[in-house]
Amino acid sequence: MSDVPAGLETLQFLYPGDRPAGAFAPVLVGVVGSGNLEVMLEAATDRDDCAVRVETSARGFGPIWQAVMDDFHARHPLGGLRVSINDMGATPAVVSLRLDQAVAAIGPIAPDAGGRP
Amino acid sequence: MNPRSWTSKADRRAERLARAAAALGTRLAGKRVDTDAIGDLLEAVLEPGDRVCLEGNNQKQADFLARALVALDPQKVHDLHMVQSVLALPEHLDVFENGIASRLDFSFSGPQGARLARLVSGGRLQIGAIHTYLELFARYFIDLTPQVALVAAHAADAEGNLYTGPNTEDTPVIVEATAFSGGIVIAQVNELVDGRTTTLPRIDIPADWVSFVVKAPKPNFIEPLFTRDPAQISEIQVLMAMMAIKGIYAEYGVQRLNHGIGFDTAAIELLLPTYAESLGLKGRIGKHWALNPHPALIPAIEAGWVESVHSFGSELGMEDYIRARSDVFFTGPDGSLRSNRAFCQAAGHYACDMFIGSTLQIDLDGNSSTATLGRIAGFGGAPNMGADARGRRHSSPAWLKAGREARAGRTGAAGTPRGQKLVVQMVETFREHMQPAFVDRLDAWTLQEQAGMDLPPIMIYGDDVTHILTEEGIANLLLCRSDAEREQAIRGVAGYTAVGLARDRRAVENLRDRGVIRRPQDLGIDPRQATRNLLAARSMRDLVRASGGLYQPPRRFRNW
Repeated sequence: MSDVPAGLETLQFLYPGDRPAGAFAPVLVGVVGSGNLEVMLEAATDRDDCAVRVETSARGFGPIWQAVMDDFHARHPLGGLRVSINDMGATPAVVSLRLDQAVAAIGPIAPDAGGRP
Repeated sequence: MNPRSWTSKADRRAERLARAAAALGTRLAGKRVDTDAIGDLLEAVLEPGDRVCLEGNNQKQADFLARALVALDPQKVHDLHMVQSVLALPEHLDVFENGIASRLDFSFSGPQGARLARLVSGGRLQIGAIHTYLELFARYFIDLTPQVALVAAHAADAEGNLYTGPNTEDTPVIVEATAFSGGIVIAQVNELVDGRTTTLPRIDIPADWVSFVVKAPKPNFIEPLFTRDPAQISEIQVLMAMMAIKGIYAEYGVQRLNHGIGFDTAAIELLLPTYAESLGLKGRIGKHWALNPHPALIPAIEAGWVESVHSFGSELGMEDYIRARSDVFFTGPDGSLRSNRAFCQAAGHYACDMFIGSTLQIDLDGNSSTATLGRIAGFGGAPNMGADARGRRHSSPAWLKAGREARAGRTGAAGTPRGQKLVVQMVETFREHMQPAFVDRLDAWTLQEQAGMDLPPIMIYGDDVTHILTEEGIANLLLCRSDAEREQAIRGVAGYTAVGLARDRRAVENLRDRGVIRRPQDLGIDPRQATRNLLAARSMRDLVRASGGLYQPPRRFRNW
């Protein structure tokens, strides 16, 4: 049996990495609370793509997550990166903000390319 | 044939007063009626079919008179036509359920909206029309004049003069329409003063406009509707407030304005002394307000941003603060606030250059609505605030700039130079529970079908909306020159909603190049700077502190 609580939905996305994120200490931003989320970024030097795993309490929003993550990847085409998200019903605006805050916290590798949806 | 009487209204008033005197006997002294005689008074003065205004305001409620009206015998009093701005209390609908009233003209029914919809579909009452406040008040003087008005005041003296206190609200307009057309005015009061050892702080309604005064067993109910706890303001709301200040307030130099009731605009109020100050905007924006005494405005007032505030009503807990800041608020010689919903609505419509507020749904034409299925909520004041004042003739820089943008390149009547009011709809693309704020079709259309209305209940019409502001950007609809352009401008700030995802990306980029759409980056705003640290107060306690202890929030907002 999985230890994922009933009602959670798990989504996974994989993007090719154009720019290596390099080595960095894991970054955690946000909190798991109603309408909010926690984003963790980890260096994955064993791979050159960007692997995203989302666990969300709001089921049925796969296409919106896809669009949000596509735009995130367009802004920050990072490789060698593992993105883990624990979501409690955050809006796409909050998700995008947390992702950008997390990338900013890595350090100076990722200039902001702008251009959401 | 008898010659017609030209004094039938005055005669009828005299008859009603005579019936009351006979029914009450010694329970009537001057204009004072014993509390427990209220039922007999109402039965004596009311006639079947009367138009009755039971003062139901946005905040203050004539709750004792409402309960008394509900308790009447429907055999004697029936088919009343209720004409009141707000349906707030259960009693406001109980009168229809028990057969005392049958017809309704009103403005807003917020908390009673679902029950009202059920009563209408069950045939228990007929709605004449749903109005804006100013529109209903206007009709009090044309074709919906009350025969009997049941109002609430804070205190009365022996002659029947009334002191309404800070929550004057609708009372003056109701009493004026009723008293000067042969009607009867009955006031419930919290206190009676004798006029000798104790006197009224000031007179808000003169005694000869008032027919009867009765002391209520409990002070009238007042709802603190405009208190927003800063602790609940999100970072996204801070971001949107930054965009509003830089992209609209500063851009147009907005000095005279009205804010909506929500957290989005509370965030703007709390960013004035911090973020807006850092942009050097003090004195250039936000000097004059048509606004209830929002606690969230305290830090801006204390920092010297605000020159004047005229209010529709008051706000619980703000009384002492208002009294101590009489340069800013409209106060009587006694020191307390005098609000007036009718005048403030007129001020918001004609003398403000901008309305900014939130909504629930916006469609591709920019029409917006707070109507939801199964509820008849009405309009309140938003359509008067959120509409271009077509009769306005004085100019201001903000009004002229908006007018120039709307008219550039147009000819004929559409190109004749004039100004335009800024009407800004400020929404997060998704509300809580991932409800999209942008929709292909407003629920208002379905509601129209369900309730058999002549028109869908649209709060603000798309052709009055000048800007739509979301976390994704600002769409300036003044600059759009076709329906297609307008649609893409709206889609272009609609984020990840279905409406937003269906945008024509090239058209949207083109609109962005022309400045029709502006992203946070285009305004020089980094969303990551949008933190709650920018708020001048981050909790209710901070607001109390900012007021120097003068603001005393109701208990339910005290969490320390």
